[in-house]
Amino acid sequence: MGLLDAGISKHNVLVTSVDNVLNWARLSSLWPMGFGLACCAIEMMATNASNYDLERFGIFPRSSPRQSDLMIVAGTVTMKMAERVVRLYEQMPEPRYVLSMGSCSNCGGPYWEHGYHVLKGVDRVIPVDVYVPGCPPRPESLIGGLMKIQELIRMEQIGLSRADALKKLAEQSIDPQAAIERDRQVVRV
Amino acid sequence: MSEMQEGRTLPQSVQESAAAYGIIREAFGSAVSDFDANETMPFFEVLETERWQEIALFMRDHPKLRFNYMACLSGVDYPAEEKLGIVCNLESLGEFGHRIAVKVKCARDGGSIPTAAYVWHTANWHEREAYDMFGMQFAGHPDLRRILCPEDWEGYPLRKDYAVQESYHGIKVPY
Repeated sequence: MGLLDAGISKHNVLVTSVDNVLNWARLSSLWPMGFGLACCAIEMMATNASNYDLERFGIFPRSSPRQSDLMIVAGTVTMKMAERVVRLYEQMPEPRYVLSMGSCSNCGGPYWEHGYHVLKGVDRVIPVDVYVPGCPPRPESLIGGLMKIQELIRMEQIGLSRADALKKLAEQSIDPQAAIERDRQVVRV
Repeated sequence: MSEMQEGRTLPQSVQESAAAYGIIREAFGSAVSDFDANETMPFFEVLETERWQEIALFMRDHPKLRFNYMACLSGVDYPAEEKLGIVCNLESLGEFGHRIAVKVKCARDGGSIPTAAYVWHTANWHEREAYDMFGMQFAGHPDLRRILCPEDWEGYPLRKDYAVQESYHGIKVPY
């Protein structure tokens, strides 16, 4: 249940931890940097637009790396662009998150063998928190990836490193194979 | 030079190209090859590479040719002949409507082709691209730098024997 659904009309005091409040604020206003590199950017723009309406999650693109806390690497990262991506990443204030969107930025995509000019995965130059597979991923997948980033933020605590939070998140995630099996069972019943 | 190929009549557009080629052949003789009535794109080759600029100007300015539009300039690698080349697709846009492709070749190592950048401005960036991908020089080009690859990229990616470099600025390049 969200805070607004809790019916707080009779109470004027809320007790929570600093961690919780901070994380809630951060994950409810994820500001990605507005830049796209290839066709994935079109899907990202579609996700931002009214049909999928990312603003309902408080996510809306900023035009400066200094104002953003999330970088959506949407598209093919060329060797020439790689250094610019690193520079933009370095200009973002911490804590910052990176979402790699689509096969190209995950691993080079269709250019993995003959694309001499393509960086084979943006994780070769900057640390990536969440990978969204697809070529390009549908807006639903991107939203799924952003939800993962929010989960990661929810997992973070003062004194807990990002690596530990990611580990905790990985432990929590459901085994996809088991989930598929379970869905099949439900269908059979 | 309206030719018949094995008794078959050439399409109208190829006949027009052949007529245009006839004028060029008359003026330059053995500096140009025979006409190839390829139906997709009829072409001829410039055999004396150093006369390419002269031929280009002639093709642009001759009152019966007026090839005023360069649609494309592509690079080609001919490893068997030890040569590099360009293919220029030319058209007479809004005047005669005829079109023709011109091939120019040069040596594969350190070869040079006269620039056409002052004849058709389109050639400026297209020649830079051909240089970027194949490594031939364009003599007299106003600004012959790489256009797509980074300036310090090693090798010419579209050559048949190209092998990608291991790392670029400390980033691993192959998968």
